[in-house]
Amino acid sequence: MSSIIIDTSASRGVTELLRFLLESGKIDAAITMRNDPENNTYDLGLITDASNLDEAVPLIPVMTVNAGQALSSISISRKKIAVVLKPCELRAFVELVKREKGSLENLLTISYTCGGVFPLDTVITEQIEELLPKYKKIILNGEIPVNTRDTCRTCEHFIPMNADITVSVIGECKPGAGCVMYLNTEKAEDFAEDFAGERSDRKFDPSALKKTLDARLAEKEKLFASITKDGPGLDRLLDTFGKCVGCHGCSSVCPICYCLLCDFESANFDYNLPYFEEHLSRKGALRLPPDTIFFHLGRLTHMSFSCVGCGMCSDVCPVDIPVAAVFKKTGEKTAALFDYLPGRDVEESIPVMVYKEEEFPDIG
Amino acid sequence: MENSSEFTPAIVGFLCNWCTYAAADLAGSSKLELPPSFTVIRVMCSSRIDHNLLLSTFFKGADGILVAGCHPGDCHYGEGNYYARRRFALLKKVMETLDMDPERLQLSWVSAAEGKRYAEVVGEFTENIRELGPNPIKNSTRF
Repeated sequence: MSSIIIDTSASRGVTELLRFLLESGKIDAAITMRNDPENNTYDLGLITDASNLDEAVPLIPVMTVNAGQALSSISISRKKIAVVLKPCELRAFVELVKREKGSLENLLTISYTCGGVFPLDTVITEQIEELLPKYKKIILNGEIPVNTRDTCRTCEHFIPMNADITVSVIGECKPGAGCVMYLNTEKAEDFAEDFAGERSDRKFDPSALKKTLDARLAEKEKLFASITKDGPGLDRLLDTFGKCVGCHGCSSVCPICYCLLCDFESANFDYNLPYFEEHLSRKGALRLPPDTIFFHLGRLTHMSFSCVGCGMCSDVCPVDIPVAAVFKKTGEKTAALFDYLPGRDVEESIPVMVYKEEEFPDIG
Repeated sequence: MENSSEFTPAIVGFLCNWCTYAAADLAGSSKLELPPSFTVIRVMCSSRIDHNLLLSTFFKGADGILVAGCHPGDCHYGEGNYYARRRFALLKKVMETLDMDPERLQLSWVSAAEGKRYAEVVGEFTENIRELGPNPIKNSTRF
């Protein structure tokens, strides 16, 4: 597989590739982050007319929605679509494809070595463009920008898995080095045929990003330690989830939480008077609305092994529960039970859908 | 806090219709001694049990939960208990990570012929839970 080097910034290079693909009719639509400078907002845009690509900022470190989730229903159309995704968004999408909630068939996936994204709080209160120069300098140096999402600062999967095209953004992509795109699949070679730029047989070298990886792993240990409070389990649980107001925002922005009818929003969780009477007769008091903590436990058991750690949940939490950090920590452990890594391979089955006859000898 | 010698744990058992439920019957008709505080819920297969069913039982105050079904390879429906085992491992891991007394959950394989084993499993589990003490969620007003 080959690579393309273009004498421009990585962001411009990707935009030009999208423009080429749209104008040549190789794709019907492109999905990329956009900027509306007048209103200082960012969003994920679905673009069919190449003139709209002027607003594209494909590599902006902002995630307003997990693109994997947004892609889900669009990807099943027969249209050819090129999409620029962060590595965790691509992994989330792969998890959805496994659940028959999307298709990779008509997609050209373009992803990049990711430096992490700014929390939405920062996006709405600060000028991202002003933060970018410092951000770029830090990530090129293999260091971690302190003002990015906690799940990003601790993310070890910042190199895209399974992307058709990988764009080099951190590590080797020094200023002035041009935009380097690695064509990882035949599909990518087909689409990028006739696209301008110097062809090379340079291979992607993950070892160049070792410094970033080490820094992130060290940061991860710190994060995991910080969410564990000393004391009895019940107090820890209350300390973590006790603030929950039951808005279910974390689940609605979660790319993996896809159930059309969530159990927690079904009649199973309609509370009737006998429920309250029974509980109150025993305890004398209870929390309203009930089961806000149960909700998180339910989600953790249902899908933590597929958590890609995108951090959307923590970002939208109105009461600052470290949902993403807890999911990341728990998810790593539940996935490890089955030697699973979410988004690694679309052929890899979801752990609860398969079994081995001989396993878990100490259970049962 | 109740004194552990007086504490009678409330335990819920989700028993597979085809094996453990029959074993419970056999234990009863064999006049084996069974703890009085053990509530049986009959399910058609151990794989029928969703995580939320177990969590809900736990959050409603059960001191212990036993899921029991056919031995691996002997599932009435072929492979249900293999799936149940995976799900169980998952829930246990989540409870372990959050320090939520995972010992309060147990999965056991008890065939229809194993009335004696049923009485032993239930008796031992009850004893373990008695030592562990009451589920702190049961009387917490924060849940």
